[in-house]
Amino acid sequence: MTLRAQVPPRAPPPRQHRAWSWRSPATRALLWQALALAGLLAGLLWLVHNTQVNMAARGIQSGWDFLGQTAGFDIGEQLIAFDAGDSLARAFLVGLLNTLRVALLGILLCTLLGTLVGLGRLSHNLLLRALCRAYVELFRNVPLLVQLLVWYLLLVEYLPDASAAWNWREALFLSKAGLAFPTLVAGTNDTNGWGDWSAWHWQLPALQDFGIEGGGALSPEFIAVTVGLGCYTAAFVAEVVRAGIRSVPHGQIEAAQSVGLSRRQTLRLVTGPLALRVILPPLTNQYLNLTKNSSLAVAIGYPDLVSIANTTLNQTGRAVECIGVIMLVYLALSLLTAALMAVFNRRVALKER
Amino acid sequence: MAVWQMIPARAAPERQDSWLAWVRRELLGGWLNALTTLALLAWAASALPGLADWTLWQAVWRPDADACQAARGSGACWGVIAEKQRLILLGRYPAPEHWRPVLASVLLLALVVASGLRRCWKLWLLPAWMLVWTAFFGLMAGGFASLAPVPTERWGGLPLTLMLATLSILLACPLAVLLALGRRSRLPAIRVLCACYVELVRGVPLISVLFMASFLFPLFLPAGTTPDVLLRVLLGIALFAAAYLAETVRAGLQSVPTGQSDAAASIGLGWWQTQRLVVLPQALGAVVPGLMNSFISIFKDSSLITIVSLYELTGSLGLALSGDPVWRPYMIEGYCYITAIYFVVCAAMSRYSLWVERQQARALTR
Amino acid sequence: MKPIRLSILALALASLGSAHAGKTLDTIKQRDQIAVGVSTGVPGFSAADSQGRWAGLDVDIGKAVAAALLGDANKVKWVPLASQQRFTALQSGEVDVLSRNTTVTLTRDASMGLAFTAIAFYDGQGFMVPAKSKVKSAKQLKGATVCVQSGTTSEKNLADFSRAYKLNLKPVVFDKFDAANAAYFAGRCQAYTTDTSGLASVRAKDAKDPKEHLILPELISKEPLGPLVRRGDDEWLAIVRWVVNGLLEAEENGITQANVDQLKADSTDPVVGRLLGKTEDTGKLLGLDRDWLARAIKAVGNYGEIYERNVGEKTPVGLARGKNRLWTDGGLHYALPLR
Repeated sequence: MTLRAQVPPRAPPPRQHRAWSWRSPATRALLWQALALAGLLAGLLWLVHNTQVNMAARGIQSGWDFLGQTAGFDIGEQLIAFDAGDSLARAFLVGLLNTLRVALLGILLCTLLGTLVGLGRLSHNLLLRALCRAYVELFRNVPLLVQLLVWYLLLVEYLPDASAAWNWREALFLSKAGLAFPTLVAGTNDTNGWGDWSAWHWQLPALQDFGIEGGGALSPEFIAVTVGLGCYTAAFVAEVVRAGIRSVPHGQIEAAQSVGLSRRQTLRLVTGPLALRVILPPLTNQYLNLTKNSSLAVAIGYPDLVSIANTTLNQTGRAVECIGVIMLVYLALSLLTAALMAVFNRRVALKER
Repeated sequence: MAVWQMIPARAAPERQDSWLAWVRRELLGGWLNALTTLALLAWAASALPGLADWTLWQAVWRPDADACQAARGSGACWGVIAEKQRLILLGRYPAPEHWRPVLASVLLLALVVASGLRRCWKLWLLPAWMLVWTAFFGLMAGGFASLAPVPTERWGGLPLTLMLATLSILLACPLAVLLALGRRSRLPAIRVLCACYVELVRGVPLISVLFMASFLFPLFLPAGTTPDVLLRVLLGIALFAAAYLAETVRAGLQSVPTGQSDAAASIGLGWWQTQRLVVLPQALGAVVPGLMNSFISIFKDSSLITIVSLYELTGSLGLALSGDPVWRPYMIEGYCYITAIYFVVCAAMSRYSLWVERQQARALTR
Repeated sequence: MKPIRLSILALALASLGSAHAGKTLDTIKQRDQIAVGVSTGVPGFSAADSQGRWAGLDVDIGKAVAAALLGDANKVKWVPLASQQRFTALQSGEVDVLSRNTTVTLTRDASMGLAFTAIAFYDGQGFMVPAKSKVKSAKQLKGATVCVQSGTTSEKNLADFSRAYKLNLKPVVFDKFDAANAAYFAGRCQAYTTDTSGLASVRAKDAKDPKEHLILPELISKEPLGPLVRRGDDEWLAIVRWVVNGLLEAEENGITQANVDQLKADSTDPVVGRLLGKTEDTGKLLGLDRDWLARAIKAVGNYGEIYERNVGEKTPVGLARGKNRLWTDGGLHYALPLR
C-alpha cells in the first residue's frame, strides 16, 4: 500500500465577489487613481489649450516641417560636412555629434583622472593624500559653469596668438586658435581609393595668413569644455572609486594574502572585481551627469546641440519644437545609457545562492 | 629543583608615536612612497614660490588701475575686487539702496544657520521663516514705507543666488517627499505617474528646463498673464530639484524595515499617519548626507541662470568686468573671488553634513 | 479628440477676433506706462548709466512714443532683453514695443507674429579687425575665424558672404553679446561681425584703444533697424509708425526741440501747422490728442537731433549721418507724409 493515498480532489473554492462598497480599500484605491488621472489629464489639456490659443493669437506657427528649411548659418566645428545650404535637421545632427564628441572624450578623461585621484586618496603617502583631497574639495565645491568659464578664459587670454604659437617639432601647435595636430590623409594620386597605401601621408599644420591651416585642429572651446567637464566629473569619480575600494571587506584581502597571492594579484583578482560591482552604478550616474552637463557648452561658444537649437530658436521662432528637440535627445541618451548599464549590472551582479 | 635563569632583556619596542616614526611611515615607507614624496616636494619647491609671488608678494591690493597695469604678468590685481566689489556682489541694484539687499541677505543667512542648530529647533522657527521671507522680499522689492520700488530685473549678485537656492530647496522638499511616497504606492496609476515624472525630469539637463521656464511658461499660461521671470525660473529649478531629491528620499524610505509599518498598522495607525509619524522621520534621518549633497548641487546649479540672462553671482561678475575696458584684463582675479565665495558656502554645507552624520552615529550607539 | 480640437479652434478664433481691437493700447492706457524692450547695453542705441538712466537712439524713440501717447516721456518701463529673449518677450506681452536695434526681415515680419512699424536707422553688416592684422578689405579674410553673436541676422549674412566669395570663414558663435566682444578683444577671433553701428559702439565702449581696431569698408548686407510690435494691434502699430515718421518730418520741416513751442504759436507754414496740431488735428485719427507730435518733439527733438545726440560724430560712437540723412540730402530717410 502506498503512502500516497488517493486524496479526493477538493472542490474549487467559491468565486470571490468584489464588494463594491465605499468602505472597501480596493474601491477607494480605484477612486483615487481615477481622480489623479483625471486631474492630470485636465491639467495637461488646460496647458495645451492655453498654448494653442496663445500661439494662434500671436501668429506663431507650429509643426516639424521647419526642419526641412535651409539652415542659413555655418557651424564652426563639424564632424560631418555641413554647409549653410544644408537643412536644419542636418544642423541638429551636427550639434548632436559635437555633443557626443565632448561627452565621450570627457568620459574618458574623467575616468582616467578620477581613478588616479581616487587611488591617490588611498595612498600611504600623506602628501599625495592631501593633494588629492585638495583636488576633490576644490573641484566639487565650485559650480561647473564657473569652472568652464575660467578654463576658457585661461586658454583664450594666456595662450599666444596663432602667429607666435608654441610648437613642438613643427608638428603640434598650441595657440589661441587651439591645438593643431598632423593628420593622415590619402594621397592625391590615389587612383583606386583605399588601396594605394603608399599614397597616404601625414599632413602637417603650418602657419598661413590667417592662422594655422592644414592637419586637424581642436578649438579652444572644445578643449575648455572637455577639460573642464573632465576635471569636474573626475572629482566625483574619485570619491566613487574610493568608496568602492573601501567597501571591499578587509577579510577578503587577508584571505587572498593567506593563500599566497601577491599584492598585485590581490588587486587584480580580488579587490578589483569586488570594488567594480560597487563602483559601476554611481559611475554610470556620473557619466550621465557629464553628458547632461555638456549642455553648458553654449555659454562658451562651442556649437553643441543646445547651442544649435538656441540659434534655430532665434532664427525661426519655433520655441516649443526646438526646446522639445533638446529634451527628447537628452532623454533618449539618458534612458539608453541607463538601460545598457542595467543589462551590464545584471550580468556582473553577485549571484546569491 | 630548576634554577630560574633570567633571559636577557629585550630591547624596548620602537615608539610608533614619535614624529620621526610618523615621517618614516607616512612619507618614506617603501621606495615608491619616498619617490612620491621627493617628486611632490620638488614640484612644490619649483611652483610654490612663483605662485606666492603672484598671489601675495607682488600683488596690487589697492584699486589702482595704473599700478595693476604695471604689475601685469608678475602680480595679481586684487584691487579689481576692491573697485568692483559692490557690482559683483549686488549686481545692478541701485547704489543708494545697497543697504537693503545686504540686510536681506544677512537675515536670510542668519536664519539658515539657525535652522541648522539643534537648539533652535523650537516652535518659533516656523513663524521666523515666514517673517524673514516677508522681510526679504519687502526689502528687495520695496514700494512701501519710504523704500523706493526696485523691479526684479535689477536684483542680482549674492542675494539672488541665496534667495533662489534657499527658496527652490524649500519648495522642492515637500514635492520630493510626495513623489517618493507616490513611487512606492500600491496604486499602480500613481506609481507610474510619479516614476514617469522623476525619470523624465532626471533625464534632461537643467538648461533645457530653464529655457522652458524662460520661453515656454508664458505660452502655457492663459493669455495676458505674464509671470515675473524670476518666478518662472524659481519654479523651473524647484521642479527640477524635486525629482533629484525624490530619488534620495526614496532610498531612505527603502531603508526603513517593513516591520516598522507593520507595527504601526498593528496599533491602528492609518497610512498617512504611519508615514508622518513612523516612516518619514526614520527615512529622512537616514539620508541626511544624500540630501545635503543634493542641496549643495542645487546651490551650485543656481549659477546656471546666467544663461537665461539673470545676473546672479557669476553673471554679475561678467556684467561688472566685461563692459569695462580698464578692468577687463583682470577677470581671472574676479573669478578667484567668486570661486572663494562658492567654495566657502559649499564647504560649510558639507562640513555641516558631516557633523549631522556624527550626531546620528552617536545617537545610534547609545 | 476631434470635439476638443474644434472647441479649441473656436476659442482661438474668438480670441483672435477680439485681439485686433487694440488690446495693447488699452493695457498701456490702463497701466499708464509703456513697456519698451531695449538691449542690455549698446552705447548710442540703448544703454543705462550707473544710476539706471537709459539713453540712446532706440531709447529716444521710446520716449517720443510715450510723450505722444501718455503725455510724459518718462512713463516708460525699460526692459533690457538679451538677443535670444527679445522676440519671445514681445510675443508674450512682456513688452509692448521692441526698440532694440533689430533688423526688419521677412521672417520676423511674416512668421513670428510680429509687425514692423518704421525704419529708424539704415545700417549694414560689416567686419572689425585689429589694425595690426594689415587686412584692408573683407575679401582678404580667407579662412579667418569670426566672432559672431548667435541668433542674429549677422550669423546668416556671414554664411552667405562666406559662400558667395568662397572665403571659408569659420564662425565662433556666442549666445551673449558681451561674450562675443570679450573673445574678439582677447584675440580668439581674427574678426568680429555685426551691424556697423554696433561695431562702432563696441569699439567706443570696449576697446582699450579705439584706434587699434579698424572697421572694414565693405557692407555685406542691408540691416534696416526699426521698432517692432505684435501683429494684430493695428492702432498701436499706427501710433509707433507715425511717431517715427513724425520725427523725420519734423527734421524735414526744420522743427527742433528748441523752436517747437515758438513755431506752434507763430508759424504760418501750413505743413508745420498740421504737424504741430495748430491747423489740423491729425492726432484724432490715431486716437491721440492734437499735440501728440509737438509733445514728442519737445521731449526728444527731431530725428537729426536724436541722431547727433546719441550716435553722431561728436559722440564716442562717432557715426557720420551717411545713409541716414534725409532724402533731400541724398540719404535714405523719406518720411511718409502726415496728412
